Amino acid sequence: MMDNGFSSPRHDPFPAGLRVLVVDDDLTWLKILEKMLKKCSYEVTTCGLAIDALHLLRERKDRYDIVISDVNMPDMDGFKLLEHVGLEMDLPVIMMSVDGETSQVMKGVQHGACDYLLKPIRMKELRNIWQHVLRKKIHEVRDIEILEGMESIQMTRNGLDQSSDGHLLCGEDLTSVKKRKEAENKHDDKDPGDSSSTKKARVVWSVDLHQKFVKAVNQIGFDKVGPKKILDLMNVPWLTRENVASHLQKYRLYLSRLQKENDTKTSVGGGKHSDSPSRDSAGSFGIQNSINIQRNDISNGSYGFSGNSLIVRNVEPRSQENERKGIVSKTAVEPKRALAVEVPDPCKPKSSEMEFGHSFTSPASEVNFAEFGSNFPTKFSWCAIPQSQLKQEQNPLHLDAGFSQRTRPGKQQHIQVDYPQPSPPIISGSSVTERNMDGSVKIKPIYDECRNNGSQVSSARSTMDSYQVQTKTYEVNHQAYEPISTNTSSLKNQAAFNLSSISDLESAQKSINWAMSPLATLDDDFQVRWVQGDCYAMNLGLQNIEFPEYFDGGLLADVPTHLYENLYDSTECSVIEQGLFIA
Amino acid sequence: MERNQLHRQVALSRQPLFDQGFLDEQFLQLEELQDEANPNFVEEVVTLYYRDSARLILNIEQALERNPLDFNKLDILMHQFKGSSSSIGAKKVKAECTLFREYCRAGNGEGCIRTFQQLKKEYTTLKKKLESYFQLARQVGPAETACRPK
Repeated sequence: MMDNGFSSPRHDPFPAGLRVLVVDDDLTWLKILEKMLKKCSYEVTTCGLAIDALHLLRERKDRYDIVISDVNMPDMDGFKLLEHVGLEMDLPVIMMSVDGETSQVMKGVQHGACDYLLKPIRMKELRNIWQHVLRKKIHEVRDIEILEGMESIQMTRNGLDQSSDGHLLCGEDLTSVKKRKEAENKHDDKDPGDSSSTKKARVVWSVDLHQKFVKAVNQIGFDKVGPKKILDLMNVPWLTRENVASHLQKYRLYLSRLQKENDTKTSVGGGKHSDSPSRDSAGSFGIQNSINIQRNDISNGSYGFSGNSLIVRNVEPRSQENERKGIVSKTAVEPKRALAVEVPDPCKPKSSEMEFGHSFTSPASEVNFAEFGSNFPTKFSWCAIPQSQLKQEQNPLHLDAGFSQRTRPGKQQHIQVDYPQPSPPIISGSSVTERNMDGSVKIKPIYDECRNNGSQVSSARSTMDSYQVQTKTYEVNHQAYEPISTNTSSLKNQAAFNLSSISDLESAQKSINWAMSPLATLDDDFQVRWVQGDCYAMNLGLQNIEFPEYFDGGLLADVPTHLYENLYDSTECSVIEQGLFIA
Repeated sequence: MERNQLHRQVALSRQPLFDQGFLDEQFLQLEELQDEANPNFVEEVVTLYYRDSARLILNIEQALERNPLDFNKLDILMHQFKGSSSSIGAKKVKAECTLFREYCRAGNGEGCIRTFQQLKKEYTTLKKKLESYFQLARQVGPAETACRPK
């Protein structure tokens, strides 16, 4: 399942054999760079003119993995080349210059350079460039997923338009949302370093915007399309050419991938649905809608896009210890995998050590969440954590999802869960690790933090607590709860959960695609006890989408009250209105 | 034994270039790149630099004769020249480039011309010093590196 991100039949182990195109009008540097790259065991092609480079790339863009280009070239500005390469070939481009002026570097980054090297360039810098190739591969998968998610929302919209059913708006839900909101705000106050406020503004490609974009592309004709033309046609004043260019790039990529994956596209449109109670009651709910929940990891800036059903996203609570952060940011390598889960029943948490099992009535839908073990099974390598980042004794926590799963060729992960599950493990330690994943499509999801100093118990909440989908006519409020785990040993562990959920309208059922990628590490002696009642059960048979929480009073006593409070925190996301992703 | 001594002598003759600030560590980088596949790599690069940059020097000279001076163009040309000079670690030349560009931005034509004269001086001085160094290195170096690169 896991490869190096390359499909080309090269025999050298990655990154040896990385195919690099170097463009520089300075012959001396060209010679030096060639030598350096060769010493790195890379395949080097040199080019003295930007025009020539462009020709080379147009001829055979699949011959290169990465382009290194000088900024100042007489025949063509390096930024221009960068733009062309970005749009036409979608290859990672590294810019280089003797000039480290911020404005220049900024320009490079804005034009899509993945790196900006200053001359004199050192060999160690070049040795490291493979990472951009890998990163690009990973992001490509994400981008495609995002676009696929957009499609599903569009389908949703159509569905909504066609549907004459009233869409339920549950007043109670609204108030609870309000409450949660307040709780959030409270938390925000406590957290002056709220990353949402520092996050840089990005373009949110809402459905409408994307539709405009697609319309413009179609109008121009896909072959003749260019960012400028699209921009003119779209007529959106605040949009820049770069925004469009970047989006076009992704869109192209998406279309090409789409072709390849036609047959495997099961996640959108809800291939599988369980015979769950809610199916019967779906009509009464009026829940015929699609919810696309995107989790946006704010604290991890590198994940600029929030996901959709297909996305594996790491949600990193801000309040984690440093080590956790280190881990989460390293989780980029996640081959994805498909899971289809049917969970018709409220979960019945078992009390067990090292394992949290849910049993479901449907035979095909046994979900075994959160097995705490030493190593990830290979098939779950998508949630592998580079262990070097962790403390020695820490072992990864896995989510052993015993879902009925299908592995998609595309290495994408899809988890379809008809009902939100209590999310797995929670971690506790001598230091509090508390995690809140907000299932939100908000650009700035709100994480609340809970810091509990000196307590042995910490709760991590990784939930789509409540999301609110607002379309023209309906809102859904939905809550999923996750279990709290109490932990008897003192341990340090880290976990990050990815959740993304989607509920599919098309099938006229509520289905939630739920992707989770847990990343957690525990000490060997970590014991997690899931106590009955400790987990919030979801009452799936209820007549609305709200899932009540079941608390065992005795259990709760174990949990410090301030933690408990936080359990009700929620984040909302108004998916459709807020847009799909950020470009 | 004798060869070792000669090698030491070569190394010694190179050292002042660093001590006096003519070269920076980039030159050492180039030396590290030299291997069996390219036994004369450093000299090849330096030769290439001087051949290639002569063209730039000429361009800058011509641009400096213009009236009024096109500082923007001068800046671009000097940027190129600086980039090139960074390839062999020509420290003093680079410093003059930086100064030149500062004058460009300040619109100080006189400063530009003065700096350019100094730059050419440093450029030529370094060339001579490197030539004699390579000459010595060739005499001393192993047989297979004794031939001058094209």
